[in-house]
Amino acid sequence: MSDQIINILAVGVGGQGIIRLSDILANVAFRCGNDAKKSEIHGLAQRGGSVTSHIRWGKKVFSPIITEGEADYVLALEELEALRYAHFLKPGGTFIVNDFRIEPSSVLEGKAEYPADIDARLAEYGKVERILGSAIAKDAGNIKASNIAMLGALSKHFDILEATWLEVIKESLPEKLHELNEKAFAAGRAAGIS
Amino acid sequence: MPEKKLMMGNEAVARGAWEAGVRVSTAYPGTPATEINEYMSTYEDVDTEWSVNEKVSLEVAIGASLMGARVLCSMKQVGVNVAADPLFSLVYTGINGGLVIVTADEPGLHSSQNEQDNRYYAMFAQVPMFEPADAQEARDMVKRAFEVSEQFDTPVFLRMTTRVCHTRTVVECGERTEVPLRPYEKNPAKYTMVPSHAYRRHFDVEKRMTKLIALSDTCEENRIEMRSPDFGVVTSGVCYQYVREALPDYSVLKIGMSYPIPNQLIRTFASQVKYLYVVEENRSYLEKAILVLGIPVEGKEQLLRVGEFNAGILKRRIMHQDSGQKGPAQNVPVRTPGFCKGCGHKFIFEVLAENNITVCGDIGCYGLAALPPYNALDTLICMGASVGMNHGVRKVAPKELKSVGVLGDSTFFHSGMTNLANIVFNKSDATTIILDNRITAMTGHQPNPSTGHNVKGLESPALDIETLCRALGIKHVYRVDGYKKDEIKARVLEEVARPEASVIIVDEKCVMVKKHG
Repeated sequence: MSDQIINILAVGVGGQGIIRLSDILANVAFRCGNDAKKSEIHGLAQRGGSVTSHIRWGKKVFSPIITEGEADYVLALEELEALRYAHFLKPGGTFIVNDFRIEPSSVLEGKAEYPADIDARLAEYGKVERILGSAIAKDAGNIKASNIAMLGALSKHFDILEATWLEVIKESLPEKLHELNEKAFAAGRAAGIS
Repeated sequence: MPEKKLMMGNEAVARGAWEAGVRVSTAYPGTPATEINEYMSTYEDVDTEWSVNEKVSLEVAIGASLMGARVLCSMKQVGVNVAADPLFSLVYTGINGGLVIVTADEPGLHSSQNEQDNRYYAMFAQVPMFEPADAQEARDMVKRAFEVSEQFDTPVFLRMTTRVCHTRTVVECGERTEVPLRPYEKNPAKYTMVPSHAYRRHFDVEKRMTKLIALSDTCEENRIEMRSPDFGVVTSGVCYQYVREALPDYSVLKIGMSYPIPNQLIRTFASQVKYLYVVEENRSYLEKAILVLGIPVEGKEQLLRVGEFNAGILKRRIMHQDSGQKGPAQNVPVRTPGFCKGCGHKFIFEVLAENNITVCGDIGCYGLAALPPYNALDTLICMGASVGMNHGVRKVAPKELKSVGVLGDSTFFHSGMTNLANIVFNKSDATTIILDNRITAMTGHQPNPSTGHNVKGLESPALDIETLCRALGIKHVYRVDGYKKDEIKARVLEEVARPEASVIIVDEKCVMVKKHG
């Protein structure tokens, strides 16, 4: 195994399942024999604020948080949040962005405008993969599985068996949600660009 | 083979405490400490409780320790302010069963009202302190802390910070060791701190300190990692990780026991490197200690005065490395957190803001009313302060200034009740608004005395706030429907004009509890 560290910043809005997604991601990496760390900020998350989670793995990981400009991937469940944390991406890194918008209160109240040119602005920082994550989740049965659909798209970038991902997903969710999330993951993976 | 898994720092503290044979765990919820006690409650052999505040939680812990049990008491950094009164004299009495107090500090104040550095509480109260750098160390050090507590007859601090509390790292667990209760013997000279006893106990504290200093200089938690003979860094807690990441070739003195400070070890380390840096968050605790030894050191004051550290600061400032990436995108609309959809406690703030009422606010979800679009709060300081501050406002404010104190049910039980008694006693005309959602919502829905069940989910009496206010001597107590703005407005305007003390209870269960149970 090389000394290379994989850095993934997962971002979104409170309630979108960022923490679940990042737990699964860190556990998949750990199961593959890596040292892994996952760090997030709790507290105001469920009040509709912006949420970030840092996932890092490799032979030996020290810092629990990713240094700005060093993330291999920024996985965004919401478009504006991708832009907010764009500077975390390393030059040449990849945004994996859910095609989904949640207007913040500043926009709803007319005090700010939701940017119309997000993809172009993200492209100034790195590659952009736009994934219909929420649409895929809806097709699979419930938009709440958007996080797992996006995880599926991300999974295309790693040489990790699909079975390992599914194993950890199932361990992390109650049985009644298995079918939905397996479907969402598979469809997200199929939509992923590698 | 021992089980290895990814564990949140807070979970690892609970795991280590359980393995150490802890029988009792007490806490008041507070980010970033809350999950420690939540995980403790999952162990059937641990008597876990949410106490009404941190002072009470420590007093309960002291009582359980007196009867010979190992006890864990956990709180956020500002909780130690509340618990400080019993803490300082507990240091004199010492303990019976091991007693470990977790302080979860918050550099970067993600969910706090200040960035206080509780290493100074260790120094101030003379309590030995351990500082883990990840979840494995949290699990290991809490066990070690119980040994030190019993060996030296002292409470021991475990200082966590947000990035240790809320980071999952690989942890190797062990099994629980059952620790028998230590026999209790009545010993007033040790446990009753009347001045003559306390005076003699202070000598014992100083003797204990001499032994603890020797421990700090020799314990395995404080260790030198020699790499470069040119550059050395003294660091502790999560900052160790940032140093190892950004400055991989530097030698390190890793301080895991940060009080007492290992002065001899610092001297030894300083003599082995040419240039000495210190990397720490919050105050210049280590830097000042090193300077007092007459050893030149730099870092803390130059690198970071406010907020959280990270490896990037070291890479830029010391290694002059730059990723080459652009800076943050401009003109990104802010996404501030807000009241939950359907919350029954937001209309009251519309009424208060629209009617130009001065609002002494408090700690809880309703702190969000300080932000746009409400901008309804005039003050927010600490748990329970709203009631007393409003009483003080009333003493001085001109007659035309209308004011209220606003707090939630959990905050009312925490430290609002005594303030209400004070209002009655001192014949205040203050109006207090209690937002009763029957849960401690902000920290993730922990039960409190108005909920009707305890941390284990077992039924417990639900205290009725209206009855309680009347019993405290408030004659005018009214409940309002949180969704009826006109009713709220009429009631608020009537009460702020009333020349006697009154309480308005906004009687709405937390909408998230109603939705999800």
